Amino acid sequence: MVRYLLGRIIGLIIVLFIVSVLAFLLMHSIPGGPFDETKNPLPPAAKANILKKYGLDKPIYEQYINYMGNALHGDFGISFQSPTETVIDLIARTWPVSIQLGLLAIIVAFTTGLAAGIIAAIKQNTWIDYIVTFISTLGITVPNFVIALWLLLIFSIQLGWVPTGGWPTEGGEWTSAILPVITLALGPSALVARYTRSSMVEVIRSEYIRTARAKGLSARVVILRHTLKNALIPMITILAPQIPNLITGTIFVEVIYRIPGLGKFFVSSIYLRDYPMIMATMLLVAALWSITYLLSDILYTVVDPRVRLS
Amino acid sequence: MSTATDTPVKAPAAAAEPEVSNLWRDAYRRFRKNKLAVGAFIVLVFLILVAIFADVISPARYDYSNLIDANQFPNSQHWLGTDNVGRDFLSRIIYGARISLVVGFSVQIIALLIGVPLGIAAGMFGGWVDYIIMRGVEVLTAIPIWLFALFIITVWQSGETNQSNGLLNVILAIGLVGWVDICRLTRAQILTLREKEYVLAANAIGAKPIHIAIHHLLPNALAPLIVAVTLGIPSAIFTEAGLSFLGFGINDPLPSWGKMVADSSSYIRVYWHLGLFPTICIAITMLTFSFVGDGLRDALDPNLKT
Repeated sequence: MVRYLLGRIIGLIIVLFIVSVLAFLLMHSIPGGPFDETKNPLPPAAKANILKKYGLDKPIYEQYINYMGNALHGDFGISFQSPTETVIDLIARTWPVSIQLGLLAIIVAFTTGLAAGIIAAIKQNTWIDYIVTFISTLGITVPNFVIALWLLLIFSIQLGWVPTGGWPTEGGEWTSAILPVITLALGPSALVARYTRSSMVEVIRSEYIRTARAKGLSARVVILRHTLKNALIPMITILAPQIPNLITGTIFVEVIYRIPGLGKFFVSSIYLRDYPMIMATMLLVAALWSITYLLSDILYTVVDPRVRLS
Repeated sequence: MSTATDTPVKAPAAAAEPEVSNLWRDAYRRFRKNKLAVGAFIVLVFLILVAIFADVISPARYDYSNLIDANQFPNSQHWLGTDNVGRDFLSRIIYGARISLVVGFSVQIIALLIGVPLGIAAGMFGGWVDYIIMRGVEVLTAIPIWLFALFIITVWQSGETNQSNGLLNVILAIGLVGWVDICRLTRAQILTLREKEYVLAANAIGAKPIHIAIHHLLPNALAPLIVAVTLGIPSAIFTEAGLSFLGFGINDPLPSWGKMVADSSSYIRVYWHLGLFPTICIAITMLTFSFVGDGLRDALDPNLKT
């Protein structure tokens, strides 16, 4: 177990290292830099000074070593697009918005998905089952920017029930959170519903459920305590990869609903070639994903002792 | 979604038939029984025909603009209205189908060309070859695919002096990062299949590993690969639409559904049709491919169900 974990952690570090090198090289192969001037050319001396200040005059491997050295101390540099803030400040300002959005979406997705899945499994092959299956197929296959646009068209523009954008903690009304959360939650919720349904159906047929029924336990107890508990195990592998995805801010949803989160900020970083910001975001996302995968594997052995890590 | 109930019913019928049953004939029979998949397949054929004959059926060129006609709602002359520079929207939607399908298929071809050889190498040779390839796979899974594609495209776009339409860049970028699933699947298939007796037999008569991989293992891994490719097409189409939506994909005047959605967002309060039609097309295309893919999976391998 310890050996396995060590191997995985070393693998994780290697992956992060490769991601950082790749990102760094790719970023610096973009022609043009953040201090290219088109309208008001700087005197060459002043420009050299600026480049020197940000370390952009050094050879690229030296820039990388410098950068990573600082990064390991928690210093990701200063954002080019907002020079009064460090990258850490900027992430600290924009990420909480994405995390709130993501967590709300996860909660909504999990509860609705679970409920829908249970109902569909109990009412197998009835019209309720078919409706749940249809909506979950829609939720899984249709891209979220399409759904975002549809919801926006119907509920904000035609009906006028909710604002078209904004976020509650950033000066918007609280109702502005409704559509983005629904949009983000639909896909994962559909996944949860589909897996709850199929594993419930499987567990319902198993022998210990028959025993539980034969003992005279009520339907509710059988479903909640016996069936659901065992049906939940595969959910870890389904839901875990969704978490980093949701809390790092889904770019499309943030762009469409004008939510000032990390995702929207990342897009503007790419437009503006804000190297430090792009690097930090890429590393953040990569680290989150790798750690979540590792944790979900470990969690799996805790929930289901039959599974062994090797 | 559920076709498992069909399987036991038709098994005796298949046995009664005199003709020899093989994988593809059985699969065809199972697929035909799946109404949803067949319906989706018909829509898919229709989409492909529309894409191929776009020049013939569309009422106007996708880049022909007439500013006097700008911003029209759907009417008898322009069935789906016109966009903000007066281009016939129906024509742009039709040509958009061509772009989407070209992207979807080409990306999967690139993914196959990279993923299958790497998967075979990883599965057949094991050891350090496997280790390096799987680390590469891990790197690409550590970051959402379209984020990587976005990154590659930004690098290329700014590298060009001439204005390109972005189509090739998008295809290459998504293909370069999209082979991971195919590679993993091929590797897993090879690992399972090489334990079979016929591989042992081939080994015994002195066949080379490459020969075994190509002539014995790959044909047996074909069914899951076909399913993976069918399901990979909609995700490639989605990635293209997403990139174009963010402004990093296909450029005007080429019509991309994703770009059309993005362009519409400034006028969506009034000209709702500019946002609605392309999103409907994206949704239909994605659903079609998914249903056909799911149907193929159920038909080709009844045991393999999610």
